[in-house]
Amino acid sequence: MRSTTPQGNCDVIQREPGQKIRIASCSLAGCFGCHMSMLDIDELVVEVVHHLEYCRGPLNDVRELRDVDVGVVEGALCNEDNVKVLEQFRANCDLLVAVGACAINGGLPAMRNHFGLTACLKEAYLDAEGVVNPEIPRDAELPRLLNRVRPIQEVVKVDYFLPGCPPPAAAFTELFTALIEGREPAFDEDMVRFD
Amino acid sequence: MEVFERADLAAAVVTAGGQHGNDPHNALQVCLQLQQQFSCVPADAVPMLAHQLHTTTGHITSLVSFYSFLSETPRGLYDLYISDSISDHMQGSRQLLHRLCLALGVRPGEPRLDGRVTVSPTYCTGLCDQGPAGLVNGHPLTRLDDSRIDTISRLIENAVPLDQWPRELFTVEHRIYRRDLLLGTPLERGDALRSIADQTPEEVLRELAASGLNGRGGARFPTALKWRMCREASSETRYVVCNADEGEPGTFKDRVLLADYADDVIEGMTVCARVIGAREGFIYLRGEYAWLRPHLEWVLQRRRGNDLLGDAILGDSNWQFDISIHMGAGAYICGEESALIESLEGKRGTPRNRPPYPVTAGYLQQPTVVNNVETLFSAAHIAARGSAWFGTSGAGGTKLHSVSGHCERPGIYEFPVGCSVGEVVTAAGGDGAIAVQVAGAAGELLLAEEFQRCIDLNTLKTSGSFIIFGPDHDLFTTTANFTRFFAHETCGFCAPCRTGTQLARSVVDRMAAGRAFGRDREAIDRLIDVTPALSHCGLGGTAMNPLRDLRDKCPQRYQALFSEDDTSVLHFDLEQELSEIKTLTGEIPEAEQ
Ligand SMILES: Cc1cc2nc3c(=O)[nH]c(=O)nc-3n(C[C@H](O)[C@H](O)[C@H](O)COP(=O)(O)O)c2cc1C
Ligand code: SF4
Ligand code: SF4
Repeated sequence: MRSTTPQGNCDVIQREPGQKIRIASCSLAGCFGCHMSMLDIDELVVEVVHHLEYCRGPLNDVRELRDVDVGVVEGALCNEDNVKVLEQFRANCDLLVAVGACAINGGLPAMRNHFGLTACLKEAYLDAEGVVNPEIPRDAELPRLLNRVRPIQEVVKVDYFLPGCPPPAAAFTELFTALIEGREPAFDEDMVRFD
Repeated sequence: MEVFERADLAAAVVTAGGQHGNDPHNALQVCLQLQQQFSCVPADAVPMLAHQLHTTTGHITSLVSFYSFLSETPRGLYDLYISDSISDHMQGSRQLLHRLCLALGVRPGEPRLDGRVTVSPTYCTGLCDQGPAGLVNGHPLTRLDDSRIDTISRLIENAVPLDQWPRELFTVEHRIYRRDLLLGTPLERGDALRSIADQTPEEVLRELAASGLNGRGGARFPTALKWRMCREASSETRYVVCNADEGEPGTFKDRVLLADYADDVIEGMTVCARVIGAREGFIYLRGEYAWLRPHLEWVLQRRRGNDLLGDAILGDSNWQFDISIHMGAGAYICGEESALIESLEGKRGTPRNRPPYPVTAGYLQQPTVVNNVETLFSAAHIAARGSAWFGTSGAGGTKLHSVSGHCERPGIYEFPVGCSVGEVVTAAGGDGAIAVQVAGAAGELLLAEEFQRCIDLNTLKTSGSFIIFGPDHDLFTTTANFTRFFAHETCGFCAPCRTGTQLARSVVDRMAAGRAFGRDREAIDRLIDVTPALSHCGLGGTAMNPLRDLRDKCPQRYQALFSEDDTSVLHFDLEQELSEIKTLTGEIPEAEQ
């Protein structure tokens, strides 16, 4: 199967000879499992560093984002901070890739939608057995939670989707290889997983 | 919220379990009994049920979370559903639901705090010919309108017991407007059995094959071949199952057959049992038809008394066959035959891998025939009268159509197989119709220029649902209704359908709100290709039909649903999305909400 979306266009990324493709990544409401899988590309990493430049993300803790070619987004939107980071990514990346069940469908974090935010917080901070000082946390440092957890394409346009929880390393390998070779990625059936 | 005494729960569990042999295969039936008694399956009862039925708590909770008619929290003294199936929807069911909710001070689907009432929307209740319809504590409510809704809310506020409600609220009419071979020539009770009593199973099968009868549940599999495969499968034990799940929106012919022709249907099961060598059969009756159960039990009992069912059919002690009724619980997927069997075995209705097909490994892994109500009904008539009689009106006899929507005479129409769509429209008084939905949500939308198409095996298969749309109808309403239906009814087993149907619903919701963009159009194109191709069963296989038909047949209407303004950021109101947390932390006072 050729997956997952023909919406994007890997060949939009024009580069001068010797110029590296700029990549950024972030983990919104995710578990970093997708990032782990991305790091699992083994010896390809040797090849990749020649062609790709990792300019922002949890791996180097840089926060600033400018003129990025490809943004890799793990995780769903669960709080206001997630929304801001995502908007920043969309505004500054030519291509946006949603990786993992959380980014694509809401995944594990979205399980709270079933109960509602209010019920979840009440159970955790007010009503549960053994709670001392029952109080819903409120602090300027704490991003406020959204009513519902949402997948990212409900808020921004997404160019590519790598499904899976997490997507297999082979899918990242294909994505990066395709970027380097300047062609559309072609994902084999076994790289396109939903669970 | 109501708290149940543990002693009461324990007693109820022991009683319900005992009545069902404490058999884990009856877990669904036992849960339904508790639901009826407590208007929920209380959490405290779950471990008791597990213990009583020799199963796990996980098994019990898996049922409660799966079946719409089982709930964790009490639904209250009055448990109401208002159908929002397309035919009811066209008659204003939404407004009626809101009117009722407003009068009672409840939100749809949420129990009232005093434990009095819950009002939920639901899909087809099989009463589309006399809608808008609904259910209260399992009893059918028909022809709802503002004044009936007001009456109902008054009765509920005054806590009037159901048996003192005005009878006309519950009147169900079975209107048959066109009778042909089957409905036109009534069968005497036992006719079919007497006529096959001296025949060998081979002879019966040969007649049935010659009649050309094929499945009336939608898939059109040759009935004689199905019975033969089951008969020839090696096993000691075989089963006959009557599929009375009738969940396809717009179908109600099985309801009419079960209400007015139950003997014929049961006779068809008995003929089948004789042919395949089964001693036990089930009628899997959809939860929405629970009100038909007492009547069916009565017919079964009468037949036992007349030696037409039981230990010695027609006095022959070698001919034994009996039938029990199993209730469904509000899951469309349980009409799919392998999901139905899972449900019969007391599990969630998850379709099985096929092959093996039910004819070789069905109920309890034994060879099983699953047939639609109408198939069995027709088989009884053929057994009594012979194949030539059935064949007289052209190949494959006649078929019942449940006609609803914008027409003067909604009801049942029996037409020869091969009649045209237009003939049915005209017979029902659907003048000026712009389109018809044939075979329900899973079927096909036909525009007026296609009305000459014939409804037969090869060109247009149908389960018998026939919904007519008049000139003022917006066909997108139908698409949206069906797409939401599938998103609600997916069993969730396989990802293409589980996620595909949710994605389709989210696009449809945004189309309705005027917030669908070019990229959504591409997403729909992909869903239409991918979902049916990769889905595990027929539900996923047909779930995109409504969007496909709108796209391909009504391109103008379809295009108008998208706005080309494809900005990179979708409309997202952050402040609105933060409303709950702000209320919780006191950032905005509750009153402002
Ligand atoms: C999602 C789905 C729902 C179905 N619902 C029904 C139903 O409500 N009633 C029915 O008779 N067949 C239904 N079927 C078809 C059954 O799987 C099966 O083909 C039928 O019961 C066989 O009986 P027949 O050969 O007499 O038609 C459904 C199939 C699918 C895929
Ligand atoms: S998709 Fe799976 S691996 Fe990736 S962030 Fe979500 S939970 Fe973790
Ligand atoms: S196609 Fe849909 S209904 Fe069928 S098994 Fe998959 S999830 Fe369940």
